[in-house]
Amino acid sequence: MIFDLDIIRELISALFLFMGSFLCISGGVGILRFPDFYTRMHAVGVTDTLAAAMILIGLMLQNPDGLVVIKLSLILLMTLFINPTASHALAKAAFHNGLMPLIEKNKKNNSLPDKKQESEKG
Amino acid sequence: MKRGELIESLINIVLLSLLVGIAIAIVCMKDLFAVVMLAGIYGLISASFFVVMDAVDVAFTEASVGAGISTLLMLVVITMTGRTEHPTRHKPLLAIFVVVVTGGLLIYGTFDMPYLGAIDAPIHTHVAPRYINESMQEVGVPNIVTAVLASYRAFDTFGEVVVIFTAGIGVLALLSVVRRRDEDSVIDSINDSMHEQHLILRIVSKMMIPFIMLFALYVQFHGDYGPGGGFQAGVIFASAIILYVLLFGLSTARKVINQTLIQLIAAFGVLFYGCVGLVSLLNGGNFFDYNVLSSDPIAGQHLGILLIEWGVGCTVASVMIIIFFNFAGRKEFQQRNGNLIDNISKKNKGI
Repeated sequence: MIFDLDIIRELISALFLFMGSFLCISGGVGILRFPDFYTRMHAVGVTDTLAAAMILIGLMLQNPDGLVVIKLSLILLMTLFINPTASHALAKAAFHNGLMPLIEKNKKNNSLPDKKQESEKG
Repeated sequence: MKRGELIESLINIVLLSLLVGIAIAIVCMKDLFAVVMLAGIYGLISASFFVVMDAVDVAFTEASVGAGISTLLMLVVITMTGRTEHPTRHKPLLAIFVVVVTGGLLIYGTFDMPYLGAIDAPIHTHVAPRYINESMQEVGVPNIVTAVLASYRAFDTFGEVVVIFTAGIGVLALLSVVRRRDEDSVIDSINDSMHEQHLILRIVSKMMIPFIMLFALYVQFHGDYGPGGGFQAGVIFASAIILYVLLFGLSTARKVINQTLIQLIAAFGVLFYGCVGLVSLLNGGNFFDYNVLSSDPIAGQHLGILLIEWGVGCTVASVMIIIFFNFAGRKEFQQRNGNLIDNISKKNKGI
């Protein structure tokens, strides 16, 4: 019975880790492929928070007893606070400095600041 | 075992090539803001590299200093100097020649060095065996790095603290500005109007700052047992205060943190560190020989390490705060003299 539980735990952990890695990679692809700053921001901001949470939960399941779980859940809590706030700050700073989202209408105006933003993200 | 080694060397290769790529990107870029960000990433990746090498203390320092606070200080500088590098008109052929020759000589020099992790390398045969085998009996601190840094090499560490203190003095001498009281209210109102925009950031940071400070204290006092110590703790503590300044404005922070007190604490840390050495001299030991601080040598070592780490933490934290306050105060001074609104928008960008 205990053996079974271990296998199930390992499987769930692997599933979480796999989902987290997949989300990380999809966020990276999003940064490269999305057209303007805000969509890129969205790709990374959303996936990174979820991916970090999933990877941390997966790691917790790897070693379910002891201090590790507490430390990892503290990191998780911090991530859940800090990641969205950082995304918010970035997007807000960009908006305040006059970078408009890319919509059909102002595609032309956007070509220049878009490039600049790309170098900022580096 | 074999597979683990393979994965580790793969991680090393990836991290080191990322470092080279970032360094080249830094050289090529003209936008200083991007350069500063890349330098921060460089610091973070070298920190990861140090973790892979099992040098957790160094990684901790690199992450907090290289990636954290130096990036912040460079950002403050950029708000004063402007964002783009001036184009050079001449071709720096001589400089390239010198750099290439020096680099070639350095690479040539590495051929004589022992291989990474070689067991007969001088660094592993000289004093390291004694540190590893006997530090537990002699110093009684589980973290060997702290034992070496704070006890065996206490004199070197004292030198480092004095260097940091000197840096703080230098910034004070060069950059400190005399503030005129009557303009405070103007700056206040500007800051208020600016910071109403940062509501979410302010609330989240208000929640975070106490925990950052608590973490700094943990790192400070847990340095004997885990990675950490005065340097890292000081930087983390200072970063909490700098975060406060970034979000609530300089004049609010000046009300919270007394500049004179901070300067006194910076000097106090160095003096305190030196005094521990003097006390051990007076008790009949060598300079920084903590064995004589207490009747039991191990207890003396513990006490000595605790005290000097406390001195280090005080000095590092207050010097970082002094540097940041003076840089930001310089900026405020520029604002007052120049076009107020124009500069505020630049500062917003910087933050």
